[in-house]
Amino acid sequence: MVACRAIGILSRFSAFRILRSRGYICRNFTGSSALLTRTHINYGVKGDVAVVRINSPNSKVNTLSKELHSEFTEVMNEIWASDQIRSAVLISSKPGCFIAGADINMLSACKTLQEVTQLSQEAQRILEKLEKSPKPVVAAINGSCLGGGLELAISCQYRIATKDRKTVLGVPEVLLGALPGAGGTQRLPKMVGVPAALDMMLTGRNIRADRAKKMGLVDQLVEPLGPGLKPPEERTMEYLEEVAITFAKGLADKKISPKRDKGLVEKLTAYAMTIPFVRQQVYKKVEEKVRKQTKGLYPAPLKIIDVVKTGIEQGSDAGYLSESQKFGELIMTKESKALMGLYHGQVLCKKNKFGAPQKDVKLNDKVKKKALTSFERDSIFSNLTGQLDYQGFEKADMVIEAVFEDLSLKHRVLKEVEAVIPDHCIFASNTSALPISEIAAVSKRPEKVIGMHYFSPVDKMQLLEIITTEKTSRDTSASAVAVGLKQGKVIIVVKDGPGFYTTRCLAPMMSEVIRILQEGVDPKKLDSLTTSFGFPVGAATLVDEVGVDVAKHVAEDLGKVFGERFGGGNPELLTQMVSKGFLGRKSGKGFYIYQEGVKRKDLNSDMDSILASLKLPPNSEVSSDEDIQFRLVTRFVNEAVMCLQEGILATPAEGDIGAVFGLGFPPCLGGPFRFVDLYGAQKIVDRLKKYEAAYGKQFTPCQLLADHANSPNKKFYQ
Amino acid sequence: MTTILAYPFKNLPTTSKWALRFAIRPLSCSSQLRAAPAVQTKTKKTLAKPNIRNVVVVDGVRTPFLLSGTSYKDLMPHDLARAALTGLLHRTSVPKEVVDYIIFGTVIQEVKTSNVAREAALGAGFSDKTPAHTVTMACISANQAMTTGVGLIASGQCDVIVAGGVELMSDVPIRHSRKMRKLMLDLNKAKSMGQRLSLISKFRLNFLAPELPAVAEFSTSETMGHSADRLAAAFAVSRLEQDEYALRSHSLAKKAQDEGLLSDIVPFKVPGKDTVTKDNGIRPSSLEQMAKLKPAFIKPYGTVTAANSSFLTDGASAILIMAEEKALAMGYKPKAYLRDFMYVSQDPKDQLLLGPTYATPKVLEKAGLTMNDIDAFEFHEAFSGQILANFKAMDSDWFAENYMGRKTKVGLPPLEKFNNWGGSLSLGHPFGATGCRLVMAAANRLRKEGGQYGLVAACAAGGQVRYRGVIGPSRESFSWND
Repeated sequence: MVACRAIGILSRFSAFRILRSRGYICRNFTGSSALLTRTHINYGVKGDVAVVRINSPNSKVNTLSKELHSEFTEVMNEIWASDQIRSAVLISSKPGCFIAGADINMLSACKTLQEVTQLSQEAQRILEKLEKSPKPVVAAINGSCLGGGLELAISCQYRIATKDRKTVLGVPEVLLGALPGAGGTQRLPKMVGVPAALDMMLTGRNIRADRAKKMGLVDQLVEPLGPGLKPPEERTMEYLEEVAITFAKGLADKKISPKRDKGLVEKLTAYAMTIPFVRQQVYKKVEEKVRKQTKGLYPAPLKIIDVVKTGIEQGSDAGYLSESQKFGELIMTKESKALMGLYHGQVLCKKNKFGAPQKDVKLNDKVKKKALTSFERDSIFSNLTGQLDYQGFEKADMVIEAVFEDLSLKHRVLKEVEAVIPDHCIFASNTSALPISEIAAVSKRPEKVIGMHYFSPVDKMQLLEIITTEKTSRDTSASAVAVGLKQGKVIIVVKDGPGFYTTRCLAPMMSEVIRILQEGVDPKKLDSLTTSFGFPVGAATLVDEVGVDVAKHVAEDLGKVFGERFGGGNPELLTQMVSKGFLGRKSGKGFYIYQEGVKRKDLNSDMDSILASLKLPPNSEVSSDEDIQFRLVTRFVNEAVMCLQEGILATPAEGDIGAVFGLGFPPCLGGPFRFVDLYGAQKIVDRLKKYEAAYGKQFTPCQLLADHANSPNKKFYQ
Repeated sequence: MTTILAYPFKNLPTTSKWALRFAIRPLSCSSQLRAAPAVQTKTKKTLAKPNIRNVVVVDGVRTPFLLSGTSYKDLMPHDLARAALTGLLHRTSVPKEVVDYIIFGTVIQEVKTSNVAREAALGAGFSDKTPAHTVTMACISANQAMTTGVGLIASGQCDVIVAGGVELMSDVPIRHSRKMRKLMLDLNKAKSMGQRLSLISKFRLNFLAPELPAVAEFSTSETMGHSADRLAAAFAVSRLEQDEYALRSHSLAKKAQDEGLLSDIVPFKVPGKDTVTKDNGIRPSSLEQMAKLKPAFIKPYGTVTAANSSFLTDGASAILIMAEEKALAMGYKPKAYLRDFMYVSQDPKDQLLLGPTYATPKVLEKAGLTMNDIDAFEFHEAFSGQILANFKAMDSDWFAENYMGRKTKVGLPPLEKFNNWGGSLSLGHPFGATGCRLVMAAANRLRKEGGQYGLVAACAAGGQVRYRGVIGPSRESFSWND
């Protein structure tokens, strides 16, 4: 039963969820530790309770840096030594953040495994001291309490959290290819049980305060306060502190017990986990599941299971040792570097580099992917209306059109809309391939025209690709980015061109997909080759999901512009599929057959005749499984680098973010540019040359890639 | 929330309507008035508006308010409402046929008597030609009933209105679950035995779980007590302050009861039981006793307890209002004018119970009065914490600037003029009936204490302590003066 529960929870784990976490943020500190006064932590004494306030300077969030760590140790030693103090409260001075996690830069700066392991062991030591503190310590949590922050909190004797949307608890290290390295792998299973702890650590999910209370992760909740005699946030923090102080006193006076009553299910689970056989089954099931989902591409989840297992089976000393060692090993992996790179890129793409727009963007901040009450849903929905005319457009600040990809239709819409909208109104076009400058050609005011390329399904895909033309004004760009950020998107801004960045990278890869299919590779086999390389969706399935007609449209458009370089597969394949009505999932048939309510996908046997008629002889030199994978990836990467070379992309970071968040480029590789850096430009160029010899121009490495191959010191990320 | 300005009719030269509107008020009538600048008082001697009929309160009564589950527990709401109506008829001797319209407020509706005003009126022997309707607006339902009546009179539709309110918390509608209801309704429509059996086969045991009346604000899912506790915390109102205020309410109520000041009560003979003559929720205690209670909502560290909250109450009230000329023509000596009123609403989450703060300055400005002009404040006391939070908000420049768009604070009502005969905390709070009690308390206090203006304020949604919450989407207030 326990195993089933763990598995059930795990089913939500997916490698592609990587980096969904928003709270795990780190900053460079300009503050210097050389200063004698404490800059990260201060404390005051209220009665016999020490109130320790965490406040990393010059930053919106608190992160566990070396400075913070040493100041915390100092402060705690003073508290333990003082006769006057009987208990302590740990609280942040920043309303939206308790501690957002470890300082990622501190980790990235480590050169050797030993350095990282040592960092982990130092943290383990102080937290162990904290756990055994003779004076009760209460963690008062408001805002994000993630990674090392949560590990700190669970080392305290008691936890009180505000029941606020912003208050989230979690250990998202797995999303950065690491594991909780400050005792979390050992304490969490004891606190919430093995299945729940594994779920938290393997998915890295954020847990809201009320859920955390049910799980036993926090002991008390405090409701956020409304307006009073001070701003609500400020008073809520004060109130949280007041409540925490009363609990600290209660704990010191032994009036309150830090022990928690466990529910029946929890007790049963705990009991079941005392049986070695059950435990072994749980580990086994979880491992199987993880292996299946990560396809061996992500080392962190298996190591997490391993460390938890060591702690339970061999005792906590062995567990802590294993935790610190595995933490070091993981931080040193390419996967972790790739994921951390993506994390940095994501932070970058969450900022508006054009500054604030002249007109404020008024969108409801709460419309994020979070559970809403039905009432909130209704009141948000009431802001939305549907209509079939241009009524009210004279008051619009921005119009985003999303009509079918047809230039003349887009022109018509643009003209009709421009006839009714006010002068300041921005016209944005949601298109995946049509050049914005061509759309803007009929505009009266091209400086107000911009491209906003959303990815389907829009509520799930985090990326927004914004396309600016030479004429697009800075304020138009700023406004479009501001709208996207309010929608919770990760944004890359690219120059105009056929296919922009994302579609352009995808097109040559898709062309290769068709060739591979023509060469007789079964769609199922192709899918498994691509997913085992780290793509979240198999290549054939992707075509079905996107829609065969759309793929055909794009292939034709871009094929015309880029000519032979985008060739390879025969677009006739797609044309025939469209003519037979095999449009993919939406029509029920594509490469696969889709049936309502049936999960299993069968191959569409009607495709056999089409594939047979277009069959190409495979070239055995370049048709091994690995070659097939690399034929796809190298074409993708080559085109991405070319986009940077041509100035479509401004930075490699945006290229990586766009590829991973928009196209599902394997997150474990960190994106095409990080991949070149980590894998080696020379090796990629060698691959390309090998395939060039077999197929020709489509694989010719672009100049920038060749430059990187020729000078090994050249890196996209320094 | 309700704020009322009351002006005792007895002080007027009763011989002349003209004098009523334009004559200078005898300044000697009130010591408070003397303190106020004479010029200011002069300009405010009457709040009559040109071309709008004056509306007066002839008199009002209520049944004793009882803790729910006590003597009234076997009654139905319309029984209580009927008692208030017959009491009013008896007290005022108004001929039944003169009454043009009857309006009652109620919150938790008994589904069998959803238009409880009509059922009670028929039972009390009013003409079956007299229309009646029922309104609901959470804890200010009775206020809504009265102001609806004011509107009908002012617009010339009616001359004589009976307004009132009733709440019977001893019995509330507990429903079958939605699934069960659906099954039962479908069964009704099933034609053949086969259809019936197939429906019955869908029955599951969990269908039998009952559905209790809303225990929380529908929009926020937060119970009123919880909201009050958060409000008290937001304004840093301590547990001690709340207990002290509750003690004040109970002590004053006890005093008023002992001195026989609660003259709006009419005795009620409960069928099969003794006659009830007085409120039974007044229980002055000691601060030590009160300090022992555990928090009722935010456990274990909240500050709102059973002792500093209003309790679940059964009760009904009724009030006779008339066009002034009609009352005078019938030979009545009305108790008060009903002048201005105002409803406001705020955010149902964080400002649920702050209505009085918002409405008080507005209605005063509308009437051209200031806080100093008011001689009797009657505020609905849902919770000690709510009253004290309102006080703090009214006394805060910061709050006025940031949330009310005012340059300066509203100002505190002087405590010596505030709820002097007890309040909802001690007398009880039958949701639908409290509004009339507040108005009659203000009017009677003005007559007794010799003041000129009264202000009634109440927050809607509130008063469900212990276990049940009533929904109230917003705080509204109304006020008027005599």
